[in-house]
Order: sequence, then C-alpha cells, then structure tokens
Amino acid sequence: MSDTSILPAHPPVTDWVHDFDHTDPRWTENPYPIWDALRTVSPVVHTARFQGCYLPTTYEAVRQIAYDTEHFSSRRIIVRDERPEVQQSGAPPITSDPPAHKPAKQLLLPPFTPDAMKKLEPRVRAICNELIDGFIADGACDAADRYAKYVPVRAIAHMLGIPEADADLFIQWIHQILELSIKDERQLRMAAEEMGAYFAGHIEARKRRPTDDLITTLMNARDKSGAPLDDSHVMGSLRLLLIAGIDTTWSAIGASLWHLAKTPADRERLVAEPGLMPTAVEELLRAYSPVTMAREVMKETKVEGCPVKPGNMVLLSFPAANRDPAVFPDADKVVLDRKQNPHAAFGLGIHRCIGSNLARLEMTVALEEWLKRIPEFRLDPASSIKWSQGTVRGPRQLRVLF
Amino acid sequence: MSGKLKVHVDPDKCQGHARCKSLAPELFDLDDYGNAHEKGDGTVPAGLEDKAYLARANCPEIAIDVTEE
Repeated sequence: MSDTSILPAHPPVTDWVHDFDHTDPRWTENPYPIWDALRTVSPVVHTARFQGCYLPTTYEAVRQIAYDTEHFSSRRIIVRDERPEVQQSGAPPITSDPPAHKPAKQLLLPPFTPDAMKKLEPRVRAICNELIDGFIADGACDAADRYAKYVPVRAIAHMLGIPEADADLFIQWIHQILELSIKDERQLRMAAEEMGAYFAGHIEARKRRPTDDLITTLMNARDKSGAPLDDSHVMGSLRLLLIAGIDTTWSAIGASLWHLAKTPADRERLVAEPGLMPTAVEELLRAYSPVTMAREVMKETKVEGCPVKPGNMVLLSFPAANRDPAVFPDADKVVLDRKQNPHAAFGLGIHRCIGSNLARLEMTVALEEWLKRIPEFRLDPASSIKWSQGTVRGPRQLRVLF
Repeated sequence: MSGKLKVHVDPDKCQGHARCKSLAPELFDLDDYGNAHEKGDGTVPAGLEDKAYLARANCPEIAIDVTEE
C-alpha cells in the first residue's frame, strides 16, 4: 500500500527510562507495566522520537498539563513522526485554545446532555439487538469486529443524520486518520479529502431541505454577531464528531467485553446484580481508558518539578493517570464496585469530552444487552487479541465463544 | 449531633462530567449545557449525607464542596 522505505524508521526501544514509543509492539500489547515502571522514575519522562515528546506518568502531572492552556496548546492533539502544517480551521473545539474554545464547545454541548441521551436510548438498544441477532446462532464471533465497532458508529451516524449503512466507510477513515497516519502523513490527507467531499454533499442536501439532526444544528449555528459558522468550522466539527464518536467507544466496549470474557467472577456478578452496571462502567472506563490526547508545548515551564521545553509534544495519557496508585488504591486491579473513582477517562479541564454522556449510554446499553442475551462467554483459546495502535487503545480482534 | 450538610458546585471548575447527577440526583441538577449546580440552596436532606460525600469524591474536577453548618 504505502512505500515503507521512505517512512521514518522505528527502531525498538531499548531504554524505556530515556525513551518511549507508543507505537512499539510491547506498548500496544500491554502498556500498563511500562507506565507503572516509568511512574517510579519520574512524573514526566521524555523521548527524542516524534521530534521530541514528553509523557506525564502521574494523575497530578496530567491534570496540571490539561489545566494549563497557556503553556500547552491543543492545536496539535496527535503525536506523529512528522509535524504536518497546523490546519487553519482544525477540528473545533478539540484543537481550539481559549478564547476560541468556549463558544465552539458551547455550540455542541446541548445535543449531548444526559437528558438528550435518554431520547437516543431506545435506538441504541435496538442497534445492539440487531447486531447480536446477526451472530448469536453462531456460538462464536469477533466481538470487536461484529459488535463493539458498530454500536457507536451507527449511533453517531443516527445523530448526525447520515446513513448507518455507510458505517464501514467511516471506519476506514478513522483507521487512516488515527492509526495509519502516525507513520504516513498522506493517509491523513486522503481521508480528510474524502470526508470533506462526503459531508459537503450532506450539507448541500440540507440547504435544500433542513433536517433536525446534528449537521443541521451546526449549519444553523450563529456566532455572537449573528453570522453563521464558516464552512471550514462546520466541516472540522463534523470531522471531529465522526472521529471522536467511533474509535473511542468501540475501544471501551471492546475492552470491557474482553475483561468480562476472561474474568468469570465479574461477569457473573454483573449478570446477578444489574444495578451494579453504572459503577462497573466507571471502573471499566478507568482501568481500560481508551483515549490518550496530546498537547504541543508552546512556552517553557515545569510540571511536577520537571522542566518542559517548547517545540516538544506531550502525550497526554489519561489512561496512565487512571492507573496512578497515588489516586486509586489497587490501581492495577479492576474493582467492579469501586466507590471513589474520579477517573479522567473523559479528560480533565475545559476539553472534557463532549460525548461523555453518549459514550456512557452506548457502553452501558451495549454491555446490558450483550449480558442479557449472552450471559456466558469466554475468550477463544484458538485466537489472539489484537490491540489498536497509537492514540486510542482497544481490541480490534476479540474472538469469543458462547 | 452534627449540623446540616450543604453541597456547592463551583461553576468555574465544573466541566460537565455529570458524575454528581448520576450518583446523587436528589442533590444536583444539570443545565442545558450539561453543567451541574446544587438544587436549591444545597441543603442535604437527612439520610442523603453519604451521597453528598460520594458525589464530592467522584468529581474529577474537585468542583464540589461539602460543608457542615
């Protein structure tokens, strides 16, 4: 597909204390012991890869960086080998710094409140059951590929008012933008062009006939002076909603099913105590947080006493923060009824995930419906789990037997 | 016996995680943006003290105060 001879090489990490690589196969397979070891070394570690990048290893270091928009910009939020030109429009509000951030975010918050999610719940339950109908007679399936993947794709497509049947197209773009493009920048451009053309078509159609979906909401938005958003803002936000709404929750649902498949005691408990599900969802979000963000260091500063210099990126690892034993006793164990759980799976500070209520709805319903219909299941010993690489972590192959 | 408990959400810190609303719906409400505030003057009815502390403990932004009068 791509000519790998012109791509930057990724020699294996030999010294994790002075170097790290979130695309290293060992990190991809099981990052938690790596983070645990690095956390004992320093609250912030560094690598020269990716043109220089820090990794905060503690909850407090992550919080400090997330709260400090003056020194740490969101104009770049993915750590790549190369630094492509910062897009003028980006993907508001995830790539926005104050003062542009707040108005861009406020526009998107009302469709994603818990009350708005209640209206969506019946459709999500129906999606889950339609998906299960497709494989329940088989006694086996790839739960990541046949279930976890499609729940969030179809739900966000429904909210956006685009065809749920185009799901595989959206998934391909996400793969290009979030995974392939870390090492091959051209993937980013190709996917962005196709997405742009696709949404332009939908925007045109709604100019002729408005609908009551999220695309129309964005088209109807007006700024303080009463002017509509410019096309690149609308496009950037649509791109964000599609990308942010898919890989992330797919990963959280998949990782939860993986945990339940290999932990019969927890699975049986959830079947016996359905009322435990909300607490269990928060613990699964903590232990298997899918999303790592990034920031670009704009000005020199210190984080938890560690000097941090401009020109570097920061891999803003909410998953590593959520494994910090200073905040979470037994941080490396899944404690399904954990009572004190101020986890940062949806971020900290102004960039708290807009979709957090949607993600919780999808995850809760996906697990409830699965457990209702498939209360007993286990990992297929003849298969292996494949984890996604890079910024969002979740199983992409998860064969289970039932 | 202890006095009355009151909860308060700092609106500058709240980022809309909505954990408080989920854990203690009797004590908190969300606005149209999904951000939280205490119901009424924040007085915690008898029997709901544990929920007040649970909400505080689970707010990732440390935006909730629980005070005893």
